[in-house]
Amino acid sequence: MNHVTLLAAEKLGNPAVNIGIFVAFVVITLFIVIRVGRRNTNAAEYFTGGHAFTGPQNGIAIAGDYLSAASFLGIAGAIAVYGYDGFLYSIGFLVAWLVALLLVAELLRNTGKYTMADVLSFRLKQKPVRLAAATSTMTVSLFYLLAQMAGAGGLVALLLDIHGRAAQSLVIAVVGVLMIVYVLIGGMTGTTWVQIIKAVLLITGAAFMTILVLAKFGLNFSDILGSAQEMVSKATTKGVSSRDVLAPGAKYGTTTTSKIDLLSLGIALVLGTAGLPHVLMRFYTVPTAKEARRSVVWAIALIGAFYLFTLVLGYGAAALVGPDTILKAPGKENSAAPLLAFELGGTILLGIISAVAFATILAVVAGLTITASASFAHDVYASVLKSHKVTEDEQVRVSRITAVVLGVAAIGLGILANGQNVAFLVALAFAVAASANLPTIIYSLYWRRFNTRGALWSMYGGLISCIVLIIFSPAVSGAKTSMIPDADFHWFPLSNPGIVSIPLAFILGIIGTLSSRDTGDPVLNAEMEVRSLTGVGAEQATHH
Amino acid sequence: MSTTDIHHEPPPSGADYLAMQASPEFAELRSRLRRFVFPTTAFFLIWYATYVLLGAFAHDFMATKVWGNINVGLLLGLGQFVTTFLITGLYIRFANRELDPRAAKLRAEMHWVEQ
Repeated sequence: MNHVTLLAAEKLGNPAVNIGIFVAFVVITLFIVIRVGRRNTNAAEYFTGGHAFTGPQNGIAIAGDYLSAASFLGIAGAIAVYGYDGFLYSIGFLVAWLVALLLVAELLRNTGKYTMADVLSFRLKQKPVRLAAATSTMTVSLFYLLAQMAGAGGLVALLLDIHGRAAQSLVIAVVGVLMIVYVLIGGMTGTTWVQIIKAVLLITGAAFMTILVLAKFGLNFSDILGSAQEMVSKATTKGVSSRDVLAPGAKYGTTTTSKIDLLSLGIALVLGTAGLPHVLMRFYTVPTAKEARRSVVWAIALIGAFYLFTLVLGYGAAALVGPDTILKAPGKENSAAPLLAFELGGTILLGIISAVAFATILAVVAGLTITASASFAHDVYASVLKSHKVTEDEQVRVSRITAVVLGVAAIGLGILANGQNVAFLVALAFAVAASANLPTIIYSLYWRRFNTRGALWSMYGGLISCIVLIIFSPAVSGAKTSMIPDADFHWFPLSNPGIVSIPLAFILGIIGTLSSRDTGDPVLNAEMEVRSLTGVGAEQATHH
Repeated sequence: MSTTDIHHEPPPSGADYLAMQASPEFAELRSRLRRFVFPTTAFFLIWYATYVLLGAFAHDFMATKVWGNINVGLLLGLGQFVTTFLITGLYIRFANRELDPRAAKLRAEMHWVEQ
């Protein structure tokens, strides 16, 4: 370990440079958002960008949405300190896209308009199904949002050298306010451009760092692995030196329970993506099902490449920075990628990577907010409360108010959760999406007999079981790493509920459907099936 | 009928949708799609589940060195990337050849014109 890295652990790079590059990002993106925001004249523009993005543009934006700070900092960090088990995460996140590509994206684009609930309620009873879908949309988005905002606090401490609680809260508030501005002015068009810019910066930055790491080791990946293991083996941090970081087991390998936990996590990751409302809503930003397909192909290529980069970066951070330095830094394992950037390219590269990490939080939070607020306006307000007797302009107005409320709530929760161990919230968001949303999406697209009772049992059953199991899991109480370490009311042994709640939701969908005589409206069933497969009747792009 | 008239066609009625759903061409499109996506989904889910199970329970097997520090676990993990990219490519080829022309023909039969 060299002298520079030791210094870096205390004070990383030059906070002024980090802030400067971030401010430049904000200024450029705000300028673009204000320019495209002028086009937000109607609801289709505000909620979907007029269905007028191309497949590649949307694919890049999806990658921007998906590669959150948790993906970038979290996975690189997990590989740096746990090795292979971090890599397992990224594989689940990637393979999951095949579910979206093969089963969901195109049929969803053909059937829906603005939200996930459009598809789920198409041939079922509108009000109860929309309410259930909106409830789970907002739950998933809130968990995801909270995880991003809470992570912002740690990042502030690390990158801007701000350690006071009040000052950190102020930065979280600034991030939240910026996000609200993006959403209000830019709508889906502006948010999409922010995602695109951020994705390009993030992926280019990661690619550049990967090349630097590979160059240091003469393009020999085996040498990187060897050096990483060597650094881990001589680490002085308690419990680290005994890890075999080249094989699975360092994080999840100790007991049978933790092995089943890994399996449970794997199931939730692979089935969760195609049920994430903010990912699903992105499919409406393109004009046709074919463009939706192209979006996913671009997303798979970019996300796949990115996870291969993080594999090199994670082991590279272990080899070049070392687990001791990483774990002593303010953000612990989340600081692996920034520390590596500093090691490789000094202050400037660190500044760029830091700015990208902030931009990531900002962009992902904006995407979540527009999804949740669209669902509230379109599904709850317009459909459930007002029985469709509202204009689309009114829906946009309600959605904007909701976005402000959600933004303020996100700031408040982010400040409260600052420093809390809420990393499990992202995994929980995937588990809820896989339990509450995916079964109903699949059934309503592929099973003609599926009916309202099946949908409600599956959605509420999946949602409630998921949340109850997590409340009574070791992630919340009863362990040193719990959210509430001093209390112990856990009885469910796993931290990941997916292995129970996902099959339960699929089964409830079948039992609910078959126990009801309701076979639906044959005309609506025919319309949905024909529309989903051929594109007849699908929403059209509003401009080119 | 001239092409300009098509834009003024009324949207398809419920009867049109029922007739299309019952037509053999539509059944053909649906069954082609399902015959591709269901087995492929089953394949990649089983392959992924096998991989995660090995990752959870077969540490020694995964740690078997193959070349230098590259072990079986790493190769299987990279294999997941390869199959994901491969399935994506195969599906694109399948959809362009088998699904898109059929769907376009059915849209034309229902006089649905995209802008």
